[in-house]
Amino acid sequence: MAAMFSQNPLMNGPNYSFNQAPTTASGNKQHGFYPYTDNGGSTLAISGNDFTIIAGDTRSTSGYNINTRYAPKVFKIGGTTDSQDDATLVLSVVGFAADGHALKERLDAIVKMYRYQHGKPMSVKACAQRLSTILYGKRFFPYYVTAILGGLDEDGKGAVYSYDPVGSYEREQCRAAGAAASLIMPFLDNQVNFKNQYMPGIGEGHALAEREKIPLPRNEVEDLVKDAFDSAVERHIEVGDGLLMMIITKDGIEEIFKPLKKD
Amino acid sequence: MFRNNYDNDSVTFSPQGRIFQVEYASEAVKQGSVVVGIVSKTHAVLVALKRNAEELSSYQKKVIAIDEHLGLALAGLASDARVLSNFMKQQSLSSRLTYGRAIPLERLVSSIGDRAQTNTQHYGKRPYGVGLLVAGVDETGPHLFEFQPSGMTQEMVACAIGARSQMARTYLERNLEKFADAGREELVKHGLAALKESLAQDKELTVENCSVGVVGVRAEGAKAIEAFKLYDGMEVKQWVDLVAEGNETAEGGMEVDS
Repeated sequence: MAAMFSQNPLMNGPNYSFNQAPTTASGNKQHGFYPYTDNGGSTLAISGNDFTIIAGDTRSTSGYNINTRYAPKVFKIGGTTDSQDDATLVLSVVGFAADGHALKERLDAIVKMYRYQHGKPMSVKACAQRLSTILYGKRFFPYYVTAILGGLDEDGKGAVYSYDPVGSYEREQCRAAGAAASLIMPFLDNQVNFKNQYMPGIGEGHALAEREKIPLPRNEVEDLVKDAFDSAVERHIEVGDGLLMMIITKDGIEEIFKPLKKD
Repeated sequence: MFRNNYDNDSVTFSPQGRIFQVEYASEAVKQGSVVVGIVSKTHAVLVALKRNAEELSSYQKKVIAIDEHLGLALAGLASDARVLSNFMKQQSLSSRLTYGRAIPLERLVSSIGDRAQTNTQHYGKRPYGVGLLVAGVDETGPHLFEFQPSGMTQEMVACAIGARSQMARTYLERNLEKFADAGREELVKHGLAALKESLAQDKELTVENCSVGVVGVRAEGAKAIEAFKLYDGMEVKQWVDLVAEGNETAEGGMEVDS
């Protein structure tokens, strides 16, 4: 992801969004306007049997600077009130914060309009499809964000939909996005979907049997999210400061804030 | 003979300075069933009598929630009200989007007033055939506005429009001094009592034919508002029963001579 934000192919070594190209004066100075930046940060979503957790760190960066230690990337969508108390959907956006904010505002207005016209809240499935068309609507001047939408599906089961910047999407069990996605995703594969885990004492080669997949309970998922971020904070300089989690259940959306290392 | 020379369109004045098309539109409002609005220092309520075309049909929607902080009740052409309420919904959403703030009621009502006025000035257009009561809360407290097809809008303390609304207005005028300090429940009760006044002899208030919309401030001068809520069906039973069993609820006041 970070690579696509870079203007200089030379900097694709370390996976940072800021420009490390040497700024030596050579020849005529070229001027240009580049409409995108990267504000760093990471998001993570995991769905359970009857809940969905969407989390994001609250740091906003530009280059080596921190803009603020508290800029949420996770938003409630489509409630009837300003406080969004009765919202049922959560959107997370990471990448270019201005585009992320614009996307959130637009989706929120659309979901509110849907409720007005249909007299009921929008389903995650419908909202997921709509979000895809919004993103693709700017196919040739994209929203530079990786979006994740979460909620409960028609059967009350947790649902997570992940997107690329131009609207390609799929429903998944879990997904990490943003600066530390490459650090978190393998951890999730292993701990949520039990990838590369086998039944103990069963032997080698063809005798190996995969560990049985069971849906994780909520408290364990919360712990996974916290561990994933604590780990990412250690290894990526754009992640830190605070962790904002939204937990969607049939009773509404719960917000949990946990401090992260500020270094 | 008839006034037919000057009523062909809304761009022609009569020799008396009247625009008949606009006056006919006002007649459409009087054909609609009655709606009542009252405002106090803390709340604004809308109460409406719903009508069904026949025994087997549903009841026409009369109260529409626009945004967290406001809603409206209509009398007249429901389809015209839908056009206006859609416009109001979009205006209030875009105010929140671009300014991050709830649109002030007076601005919103003036904007539909301007739209209605435009329709009385251009050839080929027709006036809206609907009257609205807009109730809501903004930074300056609870408000109630009346809108008419002519484009006229005004702020009211209490108001009733629609068929036989004169009876309701008489009730409101007689109880005017009680409204300012009335609480939420009291205000709804007065609304329903006013509605009851304008019912035809053989009709009464039921859970099927009543709609109530309430919006208010939680505490005096507080920023937190009690969001506009529409009550329909069994949700209005509590109030309907109260008003139905006897209209002398504590303050009695109004006497009905049969």
